[in-house]
Amino acid sequence: MNAAARRRAVLTLPWLWTALFFLLPFAVVLKISFAESQLSIPPYTALFERVDGVIVGLRATLANYRMVFTDSLYVTAYFSSLKIAAIATLLTLLLGYPMAYGIARAPASHRVLLLVLVMLPFWTSFLVRIYAWIGLLRPTGIINAALESLGFIDAPLALLNTPGAVYLGIVYAYLPFMVLPLYARLERLDPALLEAAADLGAKPWRAFLHVTLPLSRPGIAAGCLLVFIPAVGEFVIPELLGGPDTLMIGKVLWNEFFSNRDWPLSAAITVVLLMVLVTPIALLQLAQSRTLRRA
Amino acid sequence: MQPVIAVESVSKSFGAVTAVNGVTLDVRPNECLALLGPSGCGKTTLLRLIAGLEAADRGRILIDGADMTHAAPYARPVNMMFQSYALFPHMSVADNVAFGLKQDGVKGDALKARVQDALAAVEMEALAQRMPAQLSGGQKQRAALARCLAKRPRALLLDEPMAALDKHLRERTQFELMALRKRLGIAFVVVTHDQSEAMAMADRVAVMDAGHVLQVAAPREMYERPASRRVAQFFGDINVWSAVVGLAPGTVDIPDLRLAVRIPAALPSAGSPLSVALRPERIAIARDPAPMGDCSVSGTIEDAVYLGMTCTYFVTLSSGAVVRVTAQNGEGAQTFSRGDAVHLSWRPAALTVLAA
Repeated sequence: MNAAARRRAVLTLPWLWTALFFLLPFAVVLKISFAESQLSIPPYTALFERVDGVIVGLRATLANYRMVFTDSLYVTAYFSSLKIAAIATLLTLLLGYPMAYGIARAPASHRVLLLVLVMLPFWTSFLVRIYAWIGLLRPTGIINAALESLGFIDAPLALLNTPGAVYLGIVYAYLPFMVLPLYARLERLDPALLEAAADLGAKPWRAFLHVTLPLSRPGIAAGCLLVFIPAVGEFVIPELLGGPDTLMIGKVLWNEFFSNRDWPLSAAITVVLLMVLVTPIALLQLAQSRTLRRA
Repeated sequence: MQPVIAVESVSKSFGAVTAVNGVTLDVRPNECLALLGPSGCGKTTLLRLIAGLEAADRGRILIDGADMTHAAPYARPVNMMFQSYALFPHMSVADNVAFGLKQDGVKGDALKARVQDALAAVEMEALAQRMPAQLSGGQKQRAALARCLAKRPRALLLDEPMAALDKHLRERTQFELMALRKRLGIAFVVVTHDQSEAMAMADRVAVMDAGHVLQVAAPREMYERPASRRVAQFFGDINVWSAVVGLAPGTVDIPDLRLAVRIPAALPSAGSPLSVALRPERIAIARDPAPMGDCSVSGTIEDAVYLGMTCTYFVTLSSGAVVRVTAQNGEGAQTFSRGDAVHLSWRPAALTVLAA
């Protein structure tokens, strides 16, 4: 096999992977989203009417999509998810950027240790860590008990099952996904550029604003997408830390699928969610290819 | 005349390594001063100390008479051209040049005019909208130069300005830089490890070694009257022999040459050790004895290297010492090859007496 063929083979692998584990399942979901719910196994009508194995008709309906777009529950859940994910992403960025910057500027011998510390939570189950937060935040939890014993508060603060707890959970769980791409970018930043900025008269914060920040933009974009996209569809964190008023599409989807067993509607919700998420990725791709063309 | 930059007994250590050790140095208005030395001699650290990118452990740095020892880099009226040029990759050439001016609050038409002037000075107007990644090495250097010059600094600090350029471009750029400096009338401090570059560009050269400034002098003086063995060896090729002051007044015994030479210079008392240095091009080489004064030795050609304009011969004397001789090639010049017996001679005044 020559080099070009090998190259093609290597490039085929990710496509094959995507086709097998993303496009194919997605096609199934897409198909279900045009079906009608019914009491059967599987719990939806077939898309193609067959008589003796021969396809004689198509039974597709847009009712599920009509439902998703007209019922205020779903629309509100989408917007609420996007809002919560956006705010959580911003908070993660504000916390993660100084962390990544600090690690990138730390002595080279310390960097590996600091990166391991960032990734250390991954060594424990995600679920266990979220449960740990319940232990910390609940009315009789460690934080309330400590504040009470120190005399700062008389009655327990409502920490758990609040929007604040959801933000805390998302920021906590997704922080490494923000720190790592930012670190990768900041670590490659030539220190001479900041020295040049200082030499040309820029005070440190101006050098940061006009040199460090613009040059770390790809890292910011990557980190934000890695946090934002899973956060929009997040189910576990709002379920465990959020209150009844925390409406997120992941929770709605879970209810439709498992409680109401309405597979076609769940499928339609999923397809719309995917479209909502693909838009920012496409915009980023466009922006990146434009920067590449300029460079 | 007040120096533009005065470095007074400045020291700087990195952990256990003393990079700059008690350096005192003046940069005069409008001069080009070269900091010359092998890598690790502290020349770049000294430049960074002047720019404020390193903080001095001891001593003072004055710029235009004002104490700037503890001033931040952005507060110092000097600018540095980095070895890598350090152009901002996300800004066009024009934006790179404008960056420093914007920090000073220059705006609008004044900003445009000064960016234009700086780009014109280095003939880069046509490439103003290019991104740094689209520039060649020479163009990058000129963009970096324009970025510094736009600030109208009191002195320009250049860290190995030719290091990233290919050999053909280097010589032309040296001349262009010097012409530009004369036109603008600002002082240059150039860090270089290349002795010929220092000689071509500098009004004065400061030779550094192990954190110390060994000698500051004009290139010609440095070449002809080096202050020490180390300077002599670093600044061009030279023969250095150990010697002892002779019993007869004004003479020096050079055991390697089996020669006692009368030297027209003040000498220490008889028996004191010292070194005697002789540039290879000051030695005449011939098949027949052709005495020039009283300095003449004979030997055998050990090696002959043809260098185009000159030939370099390594001649072994009867004592075993090897003498380096450079002879001009030209019309009617004698050439020698390995094994030839030759006579070497020189004028006594060509010898330089150095400390042992």
